[in-house]
Amino acid sequence: MNSQNPALSPDQALKRRALFASNLKMAHLKDFLFGKLIQLNAIAAIAIIFLIFIYVGKEALPIFYSPEAKKEASLNNLFAPQNYGREDMPLSYVWQPVSEVPKYSVLPLFLGSLKVTLVALFFAAPLAIAAAIYTAEFSSYRVREIVKPVVELLAGIPSVVLGFLALIVMASWLQDLFHFDYRLNAINAGLALGIAIIPIIYTVSEDALTAVPRSYREASLALGVSPWKTAWSVVLPAATPGIFAALVLGFGRAIGETMIVLMASGNAAITSWSFTDSVRTLSATIAAELGEVVVGSPHYSVLFLLGAMLFVVTFILNMLGEMFVGRLKRKMMGA
Amino acid sequence: MLKSRREFSGTLFQILTGLACLIIVLMVALILGNIYINGHGHLSWKFLTAAPEQGMTAGGIFPAIYGTTLLVLLMTVAVVPVGVMVAIYLHEYSSKTSLFYKSTRLAVSNLAGVPSIVFGLFGVGFFVKFVGGNIDRVFYSGKLVFGQPAILWASLTLAVLTLPVVILTTEDTLRSIPNELREASMALGATKSQTILRMVLPQAMTGILTGGILAVSRGAGEVAPILFTGAAYFLPELPTKLNSQFMELGYHIYVLSTQSPDVEGTKPILYSTVFVLLALTFLLNLVAILIRSQMRARLRRTV
Repeated sequence: MNSQNPALSPDQALKRRALFASNLKMAHLKDFLFGKLIQLNAIAAIAIIFLIFIYVGKEALPIFYSPEAKKEASLNNLFAPQNYGREDMPLSYVWQPVSEVPKYSVLPLFLGSLKVTLVALFFAAPLAIAAAIYTAEFSSYRVREIVKPVVELLAGIPSVVLGFLALIVMASWLQDLFHFDYRLNAINAGLALGIAIIPIIYTVSEDALTAVPRSYREASLALGVSPWKTAWSVVLPAATPGIFAALVLGFGRAIGETMIVLMASGNAAITSWSFTDSVRTLSATIAAELGEVVVGSPHYSVLFLLGAMLFVVTFILNMLGEMFVGRLKRKMMGA
Repeated sequence: MLKSRREFSGTLFQILTGLACLIIVLMVALILGNIYINGHGHLSWKFLTAAPEQGMTAGGIFPAIYGTTLLVLLMTVAVVPVGVMVAIYLHEYSSKTSLFYKSTRLAVSNLAGVPSIVFGLFGVGFFVKFVGGNIDRVFYSGKLVFGQPAILWASLTLAVLTLPVVILTTEDTLRSIPNELREASMALGATKSQTILRMVLPQAMTGILTGGILAVSRGAGEVAPILFTGAAYFLPELPTKLNSQFMELGYHIYVLSTQSPDVEGTKPILYSTVFVLLALTFLLNLVAILIRSQMRARLRRTV
């Protein structure tokens, strides 16, 4: 047994073996504990998603059972048109939680979020996707090395800074150009929001385009198809799920973005389809009102309900985006 | 004739897409240029080291800088260990086909897409009311100590928000470490945890650092999650305890630009504050980008 070390007496050898065995046992115990610790952290990552939903939802729950909340902010009040206790008034959707008769119609807020998000998407999507096509298909190495870091830089600009610029600078420019009735409106906020979502749309689209195998392009070019036609009718169709994912993720980012719309949209809850009216979005409503609300009041619960709805909507959009990216990957792997 | 028209539409397509690139680059240049031109003039040592005065229309922004720094430091302490361990689980431990792996993956990618204001609500509902409230009930017999907005809760909320950043960057790094290294270590009889702690993690240090820096730069710019979890409108005293409230750069910008009685008068201060915040986040991003490009170069050499 002790062929390497004949100087050791049998007694010493036994001791050393026992020590070695206990060290080994210790190492395995440590290994086991470390593995469990790691796993615990992974569980925590999953748990957080549930905790977010539970703790945002929990504060919204009184709407469904508390009689006080039900009187002020029943689901009927939230979603159906009301005349707010005055028979002679026409039915309408109004968000005025701090008034003699609190009015909690969430419709103007939904409409506001939708309007701003649509402006952002119509502004950002063509720009970002076109830029992604250019850098993935046509540009020289040098141009790509400029555009990509610039987009990364844009992604690094805090949203409060974009909101500030939209509020102080861009709103005045747009006002001078178009003479809007309201200086802060859906178009102003939407454009600023568009700038904020360009990076995500660009990055996901670019990833999708570069994921299309080289052989597709080579086959097309070898058949005598011009580079732009190759890009348009071979690469782009192949990358469609990825482009779609980019749009969905961009939409999700835009609808949840808070600081930009809070600062640049005017924050008036007007129920109209006009894009030049001031708007108040779901996210901005939470940000503007939660600070002043009485904890536990119906208003407080309604704000958490808005948050829970925002969470669910963005969660679904993210899942959709993930699904499209997964589909693209499978498609490209199969190719 | 036909050929030339086809060539024409081809060129037009290229020009249009190229134009999109140009517009994006110009837009970023315009944003940064505007802030630089209007922001650097008012900047001075006094501005960086003094407290706001006269209803925030004069003086400096030191409490905001201090608050932001402390906030992101606390956040980093919380987010980096957890994020790194989740990444280790995802890359070193789990089998890529197990349900648990897939749900963790899904949770992380969804966490990255949750709106920041929802994190703010979560911070109020979970950290301030549930955790803080219970700490008060158990240790302070109901006295209001931790059950209110505080820098601790704000930084933990931000830690949850930046968790995906740390996880994804660390995972990328782990992926870039050659498998032979792990195999060599295991072949010499090291256990899995010894391999990870003594072989893999030291190699991954720069990547983890990058993840931390990116998280800090992201966290320093977020305002919505801290609106109700601890940021203060105006507070010349510096935060000294975990349950103090604090001033923060991004929140300061929001307050100055929306609630100032004299917007024109505060404009120089406002622009300089924006300049400082941008400089801070860009500097951090730049460092992260440099480290990463160096890492990539090293990887190319070893492969």
